[in-house]
Amino acid sequence: MKYALFLGCTVPVRGMNYELSARKVAERVGLEFVEDERFSCCGFPVKAVDVETSLLMSARNLAIAEEHGVHLCTLCSACNSTLAEANMILKEDDELREIVNEQLDGMRYEGMIEVKHFARILYEDIGIETLKDFITNPLKGFAFAPHYGCHYLKPSEAYGGFDDPEDPKSLDELIKVTGADSISYEEWDLCCGGGILGIKEEVALQMAGKKWKNLKKYQIDGMITICPFCSVMYESNQKKVEKLEGMEIGVPVFYYPQILGLALGIPPDELGFKLNRVRPTKFLEKLSSLVS
Amino acid sequence: MPVKLDKLDPEFKFRVASTPGGENVTRCFACGTCTLSCPVREIDEKFNPRRIIHMILLGMKDEVLKSDFIWLCTACYACSERCPQDVGITDLMNALKNIAVEEGYVHPSYIEQVKALSQFDGLYEISDYDNKKREKLGLPRIERKGVVLKSIMEKTGIIGLAQQGGQE
Repeated sequence: MKYALFLGCTVPVRGMNYELSARKVAERVGLEFVEDERFSCCGFPVKAVDVETSLLMSARNLAIAEEHGVHLCTLCSACNSTLAEANMILKEDDELREIVNEQLDGMRYEGMIEVKHFARILYEDIGIETLKDFITNPLKGFAFAPHYGCHYLKPSEAYGGFDDPEDPKSLDELIKVTGADSISYEEWDLCCGGGILGIKEEVALQMAGKKWKNLKKYQIDGMITICPFCSVMYESNQKKVEKLEGMEIGVPVFYYPQILGLALGIPPDELGFKLNRVRPTKFLEKLSSLVS
Repeated sequence: MPVKLDKLDPEFKFRVASTPGGENVTRCFACGTCTLSCPVREIDEKFNPRRIIHMILLGMKDEVLKSDFIWLCTACYACSERCPQDVGITDLMNALKNIAVEEGYVHPSYIEQVKALSQFDGLYEISDYDNKKREKLGLPRIERKGVVLKSIMEKTGIIGLAQQGGQE
């Protein structure tokens, strides 16, 4: 199974542990990536400035994937929603697609590909049953809080109904297949606040703080994210949230392929845990006691 | 703040409706599902989607475009998914921001983002330091040329924003 890997802006600089673990996991489960240095930003940041510019940026990236004759895989959920939405618009509107193509300096997008998040590919294309067969080191005794984030599920019209945005199960299933528990908790669907971190930091941090308040009563080994924006809010900004809310958190935040990688038997030092900013020391100790 | 009838712009809602993303604004019947779904509103009452839509329909153009609250939408789509009239509020918020930019009201953080995109083809520069770190982890080097998005933004005219807010 072959996909064009779209890294986006944040992952290759601030989420190298996400990229590394995703690549390792992909190799294990038979997912092949096509790389292309011409990929740029997806267009998300300029939606607020000019949606037409954003659409052109998306279309150009879609055209590059289409040249390779493969569907596109994103790691960042904001890239995912921006590209999937642009894809839907361009597929539906032949006239608009022509206008856009005229602006692409010789490139063309014909609307032949699909855009999917890495987690969705694992869930839908590889499948939970197949993943089960690959598990060699089940994470028995571990419990994680899934954070779906907004753009992995929404706008749902761009995602063909692969999961229910009001009651999703894909990430829970993906966590459970590792052998760990996926907990249910109040206000699981809260937005991380990342979209307005640069606009009004205090409100963004309070939004992240609310999730941690909800999670306080649960014994968990970590939160699981599938988007670098969410990770920036819950992990990189955890100290700031602690200070603002006057609470102690100290809960590690992992990218999903990091824990799937462990269950697949990939050694922890190949999954980028050294780059996790909330040090997962206890987690790794618990893990090694499980192995020994 | 009382609404002053002589200051209202009855054309404003049509301008919003003719901007991509704003097409369905007049469908709103003010049920308030958006406001109850909004995670920003729960923390900062200044951001209230139903109120903003009502202000658009009344024609309170200046109050809407000059306000800082239109920039507070996190684009989480909670309201859009639940809106019974399919107003598409997340896209509507982008339409409002797009009009605000046209009118010269742009939040400084977006000026910075346009600048970065025009230089690096992405939000961040991938420096030598980053590439060394990547190579150490066994990740491929990434060399972005930083010219593609600049030409797209020249075409659509938003490149001008990159010159704003001080190159100096």
